[in-house]
Amino acid sequence: MANNTTHTIEYKTLVKILLILLFLTFITISVTSIHLGALTVTVALLIAGAKAYLVLSNFMHLKYESLLLRILVAMVFVLFALILVITFIDYAFR
Amino acid sequence: MSEKTVHVDEHRDDEASKLGMWLFIFTELLLFGGLFLVYSVFRVQYHEAFHQSSLELSVTLGALNTVILLISSMTIAMALTAMQKNDQKRALIFIGITLFCAALFLFNKYFEWGAKFHHGLYPGSELMALLDRGHLLYFSLYFFMTGLHALHIVIGMTLLIVCYFQVKNKKINNKDYVLLENGALYWHLVDLIWIFLFPLMYLIS
Amino acid sequence: MSNTTEKIEYVSYLDHQGKYKGIMSWLMATDHKRIGLLYMYAIITFFFIGVLLGLMMKLELLAPGETIMTAKMYNSVFTLHGILMIFMVVIPGLSAVFGNFFLPILIGAKDVAFPKLNRFSWWIFIVGSIMAVLSQLLKDGPPDTGWTFYAPYSTTTNSNVIMATAAAFVLGFSSILTGLNFIVTIHQMRAPGMKFFHMPLFPWALYATAWIQLLATPVIGITLLMLIAERAFQIGFFDPALGGDPLLFQHLFWIYSHPAVYVMMLPAMGVITEIIPTFCQRQIYGYKAVAISSLAIAAVGFLVWGHHMYTSGMSDQARWFFSLLTFIVAVPSAIKVFNWITTMYKGSIDVQPPFLYALAFIFLFIIGGTTGLLLGSVATNVQVHDTAFVVAHFHYIIFGGMGFAFFAAIHYWFPKMYGRMYDIKLANISLVIKFIGFNLLYFPQFIIGVQGMPRRYFDYPEQFQPAQVISSVGGFILAFGLFLMVYNLVKAAKSGAVAPANPWKGSTLEWQIPSPPSLENFDEAPIIKVNPYDYK
Repeated sequence: MANNTTHTIEYKTLVKILLILLFLTFITISVTSIHLGALTVTVALLIAGAKAYLVLSNFMHLKYESLLLRILVAMVFVLFALILVITFIDYAFR
Repeated sequence: MSEKTVHVDEHRDDEASKLGMWLFIFTELLLFGGLFLVYSVFRVQYHEAFHQSSLELSVTLGALNTVILLISSMTIAMALTAMQKNDQKRALIFIGITLFCAALFLFNKYFEWGAKFHHGLYPGSELMALLDRGHLLYFSLYFFMTGLHALHIVIGMTLLIVCYFQVKNKKINNKDYVLLENGALYWHLVDLIWIFLFPLMYLIS
Repeated sequence: MSNTTEKIEYVSYLDHQGKYKGIMSWLMATDHKRIGLLYMYAIITFFFIGVLLGLMMKLELLAPGETIMTAKMYNSVFTLHGILMIFMVVIPGLSAVFGNFFLPILIGAKDVAFPKLNRFSWWIFIVGSIMAVLSQLLKDGPPDTGWTFYAPYSTTTNSNVIMATAAAFVLGFSSILTGLNFIVTIHQMRAPGMKFFHMPLFPWALYATAWIQLLATPVIGITLLMLIAERAFQIGFFDPALGGDPLLFQHLFWIYSHPAVYVMMLPAMGVITEIIPTFCQRQIYGYKAVAISSLAIAAVGFLVWGHHMYTSGMSDQARWFFSLLTFIVAVPSAIKVFNWITTMYKGSIDVQPPFLYALAFIFLFIIGGTTGLLLGSVATNVQVHDTAFVVAHFHYIIFGGMGFAFFAAIHYWFPKMYGRMYDIKLANISLVIKFIGFNLLYFPQFIIGVQGMPRRYFDYPEQFQPAQVISSVGGFILAFGLFLMVYNLVKAAKSGAVAPANPWKGSTLEWQIPSPPSLENFDEAPIIKVNPYDYK
């Protein structure tokens, strides 16, 4: 049927993704106990970003969606990042 | 029967429904985005207080909830796979597991919040009024953000319960599963937000 | 999938008999055209309440000191005027009324993508509006914060702020759903063969608008929720007494409310872009530039919110940065103005009411836009911030721009919506009266604003009285012009002459179908190969 265009992801792949996600969670917790100073936040956010990417592209099937939708999703994150950065142009220099 | 299928086809556009769901997810992302913005502003200003306050939270409990949500996210993705393979029985099991995980998450949250309330730490309490600015802001954000997230868990559960019964009476089937797909997308969103909430709330050093 | 070859009998959407009868056939309607009209009736009602409140303020300002109401009452009146006009009239205005009615037709679709969701948006729009009215009547008294709800006053005043913000939240939800519906409609429901760059420019403007509605409104949603939580549970986000930061409220508020200005303006520009080619019988000049400039305005419009906060204590770096971005966002707006004017060059212009309204729009929009540049530059802004100059500026944009575009749209599409024609002479007379009244009302405010008359004050020194009196007189002339227009249109809807299907010789799809359109607009999906403004 032409209507169902969603790609089928095998169980095995999903389990693999979960294992990576759990591993990343483990890392992010253990990194916190090492004192890296200001780097900790960066590392934590990078790992969270990687996890989000995995969830978006695999669990949410974004990997197999149209280019347009992928661009739109990226755009939303970029927009939020821009708003955050611009707000800090105020707070950082006050 | 065949006539009916044709009729359904005419008014159905799965692509449109899915795009609609994604757009709705965008609004949810920016809803939480506003909160993350507030969080970042205050965290930069009261870094030390945020660190100290976060020590009050149990990392174990937070990590446990993270694992629970990640697993539930996988099982709901599996439910969709099962539906695509026309395996109704497995689909039901996977949705069931997801709902169980969701309930478990809420149970833990209840436990966590309950402990805070027990110590007199809740919005509007006398203890809150005694805290200094940084601590007060941290706990304000903690209750507001995790509370709003929990509300989304409840909404997601409702959606998945509907999906469960629709799968059961074959309204959602091998040929028409966009509702389950959208329910799953919403559930992943809840997971996605928690992925950021967990390190920002529980793991501040 | 029916293979019936016989011609489907034409029944207009106004006469169509569905499952429901009488008033229910409207309240339960999923037809985008009926929903558009429902929005229109609701919005026009709110508009006239807003006009009455505005006239009350003008009466109060006739003389210094207390004239007809107390200062507290005056605060409530301008707050309600703002809430009504912003959240219930101009934000939904063009996109919910004419977007609903004409977007599907202009892209050759039967309806929007989610008709039931569309009906739901209208319902919650009404619920939100009722809540806004209730906030005035409940026992704690009407909110007196202004429509901006600035903290910490809004977190400490005793008036009904929670109800009013909850109303704004619900209205925002309605706006989000409309935007969502339009984006999916444009992506999925275009007629066969119609590429994005084959769409008329009103749908383009609606597309850009819908993205703003979708992405900006959640931010105000969460901000208002935080405000409510702060009032209800003493959670400290914005009130310094509770540890919060009032400037953060302003940031969050304007992250939505500045893009919201483009929710008002973009569809207005879209309407004008439809009207000008029709009455010049000429291809729009620079189709792609106009289409892309809509998206550019939406994109840059997201990033300029700070120009509302120059005097509130932001860092200098932020101030010049926002100023720079503000000047950038003026560029695509100017592109549109140049393109409208260039389209008229060597056109065979047919001077009809919609075209005259479009000209009035351009005139007023240029005044509003250029004074906006004065406000966008930090040095001049600091002088006139929160004065009557700002009031004049945004009324020239919102009322002179969006309002006159709404009047232009209603005069342009009226024969299509009702199948009848209004009195053209009376329409022109009412335009002239409104135009004179409008300029008398707001232009003096520029002058006294520069001289130092603050906004939102119910009292003023003697020296401002002549200008205030001119302004008040202008207000009543404008109101008379509005009354004349409504009289003309209501009379035409009831008993006007029957209008032909294409009275203005337009080339876009809505003019190719009967007036008023049938339930599903097209007997069969139109196939599109050429650009929408194909005049020989």
